[in-house]
Amino acid sequence: MTIQEIYDLLKIHFNDDIKEITDISNGDSFITVNPANIFDILQFCRDYETLDFDYLTLISGMDSGENLGVVYHLYSMKFKHSIVIKAFVPKESPNIQSVVYLWRAADWHEREAFDLIGVVFDGHPNLIRILCPYDWEGHPLRKDYVTPQEYHGMKVPY
Amino acid sequence: MGLLNALDNPINADGIILGKVEDLFNWGRAKSNWFLQFGLACCAIEFMAVNASHFDLMRFGNIPRSSPRQADYIVISGTVTLKMAERIKILFEQIPEPRYAISMGSCANSGGPYWQHGYNVLKGIDRVIPIDVYIPGCPPRPEAFEQAVLKLQEKISMEEIFKKRERVAQEDKMLESMLKAEENNFIENVNKHI
Repeated sequence: MTIQEIYDLLKIHFNDDIKEITDISNGDSFITVNPANIFDILQFCRDYETLDFDYLTLISGMDSGENLGVVYHLYSMKFKHSIVIKAFVPKESPNIQSVVYLWRAADWHEREAFDLIGVVFDGHPNLIRILCPYDWEGHPLRKDYVTPQEYHGMKVPY
Repeated sequence: MGLLNALDNPINADGIILGKVEDLFNWGRAKSNWFLQFGLACCAIEFMAVNASHFDLMRFGNIPRSSPRQADYIVISGTVTLKMAERIKILFEQIPEPRYAISMGSCANSGGPYWQHGYNVLKGIDRVIPIDVYIPGCPPRPEAFEQAVLKLQEKISMEEIFKKRERVAQEDKMLESMLKAEENNFIENVNKHI
C-alpha cells in the first residue's frame, strides 16, 4: 500500500486523531497523529489485515523546539510496505503511551528516547536510563541542554 | 646495558659478572611486562592486530592477562566516556605496584574528535590515572604501538628501585603525620562546637 492509501484507511477508522500527511520527495513521508490515541492507532496498524505492520524498525525521539516528537518506523514483512508515524507531545508534560506490549523491540528504543530526549512512556515496565549513568542529570540531546562542568569530580569541558 | 656486555666475554672475566642488582631486576622487569586484556573502542581493533601474528606483541615479552591483579600495565585503547572512566580507575588501582599505563590514540590522549561537543567523553585519560606513554594517531599504526612498548621498556629499565623505596617510605611517614595532624585539628574543632 502507498502512504496515501494507508492514510485514507486510518482516517476512516480514527477520524480526527489522524492529523496530516507530509510529503517529502527525497525521504520518508510521514503521518502526524494525536499522541493521546497513539496506542490504539499503532495496534490497528499491527493487527489490521491489509496493513499487517508486524515489525517495528525503530522509535526515535526528537526535539522540534517547542515540542518533543516521537517517531515510529513500521514495516510489514508480508506486504513489504513501510510507514513513518510521528506524534508530538508538549515539553511541559512529555507523556505518551508505551507500545512495549505491541512490539517487544520498543522496550530499549523507548528507554533510549527517555534517556536522551526525555519523553516519558506511560506503561513502560522498566523506564530507566539505558546509555547515560543512572545518576546523570538532564536529557543530553535536547536543544536547550547545557553540558555540565563536572561529573563525579571529573572536569567535563576541554 | 653494562651487565649484559660482560656476558659477551665471560672467559676473560672468569665467569664473574660485576653489576648492580638494580640493573638485573630492571632487566627482568622490563622484558616481561604483562598487560591487561582490555579494549575500549576502535583503537582496540588495532590493538588486536598488534597481538596477532603479523606484529606479534608477545615477542616483546608482553602477555595478555585477564585479571588486573596479574597485570603490569593497562592500555587505554579508545574513547573514554565518563561512565567508563570510573571503572577504568578501579581497574588501574587493582593492578599491583609497580604499574604502568599506555594511552593509545587521540581520544584517550585528549578527547579526540569529541573534544568540543562530547558531553559524555572524558577529555584525556590523564585526568583520572597517570600515563607513562602516549601514542598519537587515530588510530595509531601497530608499529606505533610497538614503539610505545619499547619506550615503556626503556623507561622501566632506567628506574631506581632501592633509593625509591627509601624515599617513598619517608614520604609515607610525612603523609601519615600530616593526616594525623589534620585529624587532630578536626577533632578539636568538633569538640569546640560541642
